[in-house]
Amino acid sequence: MLQDKDRIFTNLYGQGDWRLEGARKRGDWQDTAAILAKGRDGIIAEMKASGLRGRGGAGFPTGLKWSFMPKQSDGKPHYLVINGDESEPGTCKDREVLRHEPHKLIESALIAAFAMGAHVAYIYVRGEFFNEAMRLQVAVDEAYEAGLIGKNAAGSGWDFDFFIHRGAGAYICGEETAQLESLEGKKGQPRMKPPFPAGVGLYGCPTTVNNVESIAVASTIMRRGGAWFAGLGRPNNTGSKLMAISGHVNTPCVFEEELSVPLKEIIEKHGGGVRGGWDNLLAVIPGGCSVPVLPKSVCETVLMDYDSLRAVQSGLGTGCMIVMDKSTDIVEAIARFSRFFKHESCGQCTPCREGTGWMMRMMDRMVQGRAELEEIDLLEQVTRQVEGNTICALGDAAAWPIQGLIRHFRPELEARIRHYKATHGGTGLVQVPASGVPVAAE
Amino acid sequence: MNTQQAQPDSFVFDSASEAEIVVALSKYPPERKASAVMPLLYIAQRQMGRLTGSAWVPVVAMDEIARRLGMAAIRVYEVASFYTMFNTKPVGRYHLQVCTTTPCWLRGSDDVVAACKRATGITAFGETSADGQFTLTQVECLGACSNAPILQVDDDYYEDMDGPRTVALIESLRKGERPPAGPTINRSGSAPEGGRKTLMDPVHSISENK
Repeated sequence: MLQDKDRIFTNLYGQGDWRLEGARKRGDWQDTAAILAKGRDGIIAEMKASGLRGRGGAGFPTGLKWSFMPKQSDGKPHYLVINGDESEPGTCKDREVLRHEPHKLIESALIAAFAMGAHVAYIYVRGEFFNEAMRLQVAVDEAYEAGLIGKNAAGSGWDFDFFIHRGAGAYICGEETAQLESLEGKKGQPRMKPPFPAGVGLYGCPTTVNNVESIAVASTIMRRGGAWFAGLGRPNNTGSKLMAISGHVNTPCVFEEELSVPLKEIIEKHGGGVRGGWDNLLAVIPGGCSVPVLPKSVCETVLMDYDSLRAVQSGLGTGCMIVMDKSTDIVEAIARFSRFFKHESCGQCTPCREGTGWMMRMMDRMVQGRAELEEIDLLEQVTRQVEGNTICALGDAAAWPIQGLIRHFRPELEARIRHYKATHGGTGLVQVPASGVPVAAE
Repeated sequence: MNTQQAQPDSFVFDSASEAEIVVALSKYPPERKASAVMPLLYIAQRQMGRLTGSAWVPVVAMDEIARRLGMAAIRVYEVASFYTMFNTKPVGRYHLQVCTTTPCWLRGSDDVVAACKRATGITAFGETSADGQFTLTQVECLGACSNAPILQVDDDYYEDMDGPRTVALIESLRKGERPPAGPTINRSGSAPEGGRKTLMDPVHSISENK
């Protein structure tokens, strides 16, 4: 497990001063110019050596992503966009960076922007984080005042501006191209890729979009070295990660932990154990609601990292886990996600716009058991029709929780359907003749 | 509430808003003024809250924003209607926003919803109380799940809520008081209840300094 000496976010709980003076005491802004003096290639090489993978959910190697930015400018400006639209249910880690470590984020943004040839960074903060955005603005003002950003930022010779843009309650704007649309003053509807943002991004200019945490760890990686970061966790799953526990544990919290630690140990240590003891555990959603649920049997041994969770058909996602004990109505727990995705679909692609509605309505009936047994497979088919058939990953994200539910809790779905029939004398559904599918009497 | 009747005939940014508009426009390239549409919608909404006690964006304000930014009015309307945080009809003085997504639900958001209804007399989401003081809105995940359940009042998160504390909060608001936002149980931010379990090295124990 991670030791205090290896923690990056040393003011995670705001127990110290979040402002410039306190941040400097913790080591932020110490000779930042020397880091920039390593040059673009030097910085990117160090980031690659760290093995850092994107902390927003997709897990793409951060150093590699930075290297996609054009080396020579063709006259167009380059942009860094920091994704602070933290909205994935279960996820609440970037909020702590914004409100308790704002200077670590701003300094790291300077380093990242320099490494990609950008003089401007926009951070897109979800609209509901009003107080967090206000605090970040205070830190930005302090940094300008102290000459750490602006013209000749931190004495590096590089000009750098940092602007906050607030979202307004649309989950889809966490998707990078939707975020760019939103920044341009439009509805947040994802763009087709290619072209990728590194070629054609914000205002048609080369742009890299990174999660808040992916950016915020850069200053520490540069100071302590990529090899130090890579020494935490295990190969392909390196470093420490901000994680959170919510749901049925004794002490829900946010914390920083080394990757590749057993999920069970994390729940015991940071979460203070499952409410009612480990044997009262029903299931865990390990990384935000998009990643499939894991039953207790898998939770016994799985490690919290990209590869281990992928091997059990789930994912690390944002690293923020939702723990459910045996009192949980697991079908309702997943049905709430279906309502979430229905609400948040931007409506651009038909499979998602219509499919999230279908999935929601079917899931609502599954909660009651008001369905036919065959409809479990039909529901699964619907998720497969949506998955992979949309411009962005929201369709996939809506499909996966249901697939996980069917994979691990089919007996619960079946029992509920049988119980409903037994108590109501049928499903209350209208049967379509011949080979048609059953539809709800709506 | 009849939104047609509620639409005012005119809207003028006041001097406080004009100062905010200057700052907002300075963030984007001059030829990319449309980027400021969301900031300007917020500025209009906050001005309405400041001046009328109801933070919403009337159509005439959207028209003024379109004029300022050189956009077609419909482009502003579609942004205002796409993003849930822009209120396109009047709301109560206090906007109660309860998260009911799974992490909050697991920790008792049903009790928070019931308490909101009981304390305000509101019977369904989206309604405003008879006295015009409260609007109750069901919201999706607020991104503070380790402090669930959350009741957001205007801009502030009240965390680790339960039914009785929700009723007490609403009674305080009714009296014109604003209890401090944040956790309502014994914890600091998102640290574990009862005290943090990491960052125990004395160097990390600098006293609270805000």
